[in-house]
Amino acid sequence: MADPASLNTLAALDPVHERTGSVGDMTGPRGRRPRRAFSRANIFLYGTLILVSVYYLLPLWVMVMTSLKGMPEIRMGNIFAPPMEVTFQPWVKAWAEACTGLNCEGLSRGFWNSVRILVPSVIVSIAVASVSGYALARWRFKGSETFFAILLIGAFIPYQVMLYPIVILLRELGLYGSLWGLVLVHTIFGMPINVLLFRNYFAAMPEELFKAARVDGAGFWRIFLQIMLPMSLPIFVVSMIIQVTGIWNDFLFGVVYTRPENYPMTVQLNNIVNSVQGVKEYNVNMAATLLTGLVPLIVYFASGKLFVRGIAAGAVKG
Amino acid sequence: MATTHEASAIAESRAAPARRPMRLFRNLSAKIASLPMVLVAVVIFVGCTVWTVVHSFTNSRLLPKLEWDGLSQYERLWSTPRWYVSIENLAIFGILSMIFTLAIGFVLAALLDRKIRGEDVIRTIILYPFALSFVVTGLVWQWILNPELGLQSVVRSWGWQSFTFDPLYDADIVIYGILIAALWQGTGLIMCIMLAGLRGVDEEIWKAAKIDGIPTWKTYTHVIIPMMRPVFVTSLVLIASGIVKVYDLVIAQTGGGPGGSSEVPAKYVMDSMFAAQNLGQGFAASTMMLLSVIIILIPWAYLEFGGKKRG
Repeated sequence: MADPASLNTLAALDPVHERTGSVGDMTGPRGRRPRRAFSRANIFLYGTLILVSVYYLLPLWVMVMTSLKGMPEIRMGNIFAPPMEVTFQPWVKAWAEACTGLNCEGLSRGFWNSVRILVPSVIVSIAVASVSGYALARWRFKGSETFFAILLIGAFIPYQVMLYPIVILLRELGLYGSLWGLVLVHTIFGMPINVLLFRNYFAAMPEELFKAARVDGAGFWRIFLQIMLPMSLPIFVVSMIIQVTGIWNDFLFGVVYTRPENYPMTVQLNNIVNSVQGVKEYNVNMAATLLTGLVPLIVYFASGKLFVRGIAAGAVKG
Repeated sequence: MATTHEASAIAESRAAPARRPMRLFRNLSAKIASLPMVLVAVVIFVGCTVWTVVHSFTNSRLLPKLEWDGLSQYERLWSTPRWYVSIENLAIFGILSMIFTLAIGFVLAALLDRKIRGEDVIRTIILYPFALSFVVTGLVWQWILNPELGLQSVVRSWGWQSFTFDPLYDADIVIYGILIAALWQGTGLIMCIMLAGLRGVDEEIWKAAKIDGIPTWKTYTHVIIPMMRPVFVTSLVLIASGIVKVYDLVIAQTGGGPGGSSEVPAKYVMDSMFAAQNLGQGFAASTMMLLSVIIILIPWAYLEFGGKKRG
């Protein structure tokens, strides 16, 4: 430490000392001077970001608020205003009574259809993709990389090109129109991205583990089940996030490959909202839309950073 | 995998010294396990695509049949006004959504990268629409852009009586209404990819630019953006391959209206195949879609893999 007396004389020159009136001491905070909270650049930066956030939140706000209003209030007022009288009637109606054509069972049917499609599709597609990814990473055979390349390129083919031949295939298999047909389709089109994910993950695992297990006489399945699986929980979660949101949000395959009684929630929602007959009940429609969006939104908010990881991995796919 | 082959070779020589087992049966369980992948690659991605392309040269109507009809489906396709509207819409939508998604995505990522407070919250807000389906997106924006209900009526109720903003009811600008919804849904993803790219930029570069007294915006335009070329290319491919598939959004938001002015090729294909029972037209139109994807992908694959690999 330097002589305190000289420090004090130096401090006397310090404008900070003058302003604060405290004993200016050179051993104050070190490092860069903090940016002032209200500099012009900061106001611009945060202002822009807040405006952008408001813009992105607006549709969600509109839906939540409108779904809690009664029809008279919607006709009178503006859609951005919060409800004066909160009613949950539209939600009940959307769930249990909304009509598609002559059928008035509400969205609940679509919801349970979607669940019945989602659960087996997610399980089957992830099981198949993880085993394929494992084989590609550790058990390459002649031509395996070629098939993998075809699979990745296939991810870019517009679905419309393959729709009709798959209808024929499903009809031959006796699965056309059934839930299992749709499960098969989701498994097929989930493969490129998920196989890629699993392959890269398994390939990045230490090879010594694999070698040691081979030396000990473990085979393909045993290494997969007892060594690889217990270590790959994170990638299974990422893959599940991709599959759950992707399959839940699917519309095209639902329309093409199922019968009306098996329509998933997205298709039923579109049919309810865009049906031409009757008065448009915006509150019921928006409640229905929110109900449909709820599952992926819950997955999104619950998974946090993993979702970003999942879609960043999905970025390779397209 | 060299080690795998060695290991299996050793195992084989121990088990059967007299005769070599057939090549086909080596790694048999791996091959069996890969069967679904092989089937998907060969039967679906190659087989079905070839099937559709072949049948686009036939005069299939209600049922597919292999009666050679030359290019007549394509001639009919390119003389259908609806197809032209679809193509034009897709071109406008595609070009604008590429430009705006890239620009907005990058600017938002750059703003978020300025070491701000609450980055996680803002990123979560901007990305959440991406979790929603196109059907939900289309319906929300159908309501917000509805002149009787949404933005227009609200602004009018504030006193600006002549305010007009009804893109979904104006055949000339309906595609821009769809664009607004698509941007809302898709920019979050590109922002996240861009943000990851920006985070990958070495801190030293920023320091060097600062020491040289280069203004921040100039550092972005002259140093950072050129460095992030691969990220931009990936984003562009991602956006482009999504554009060709646009279908659900249009169905939910406008249903192709008003008066068929927001038709897109994917909808043309669906309508020909499943509503108009004109399979040949559907196959020809979907083959055109495939062609446009190939045209987009080949330059990218060429850039990315230096021409070593086919696109």
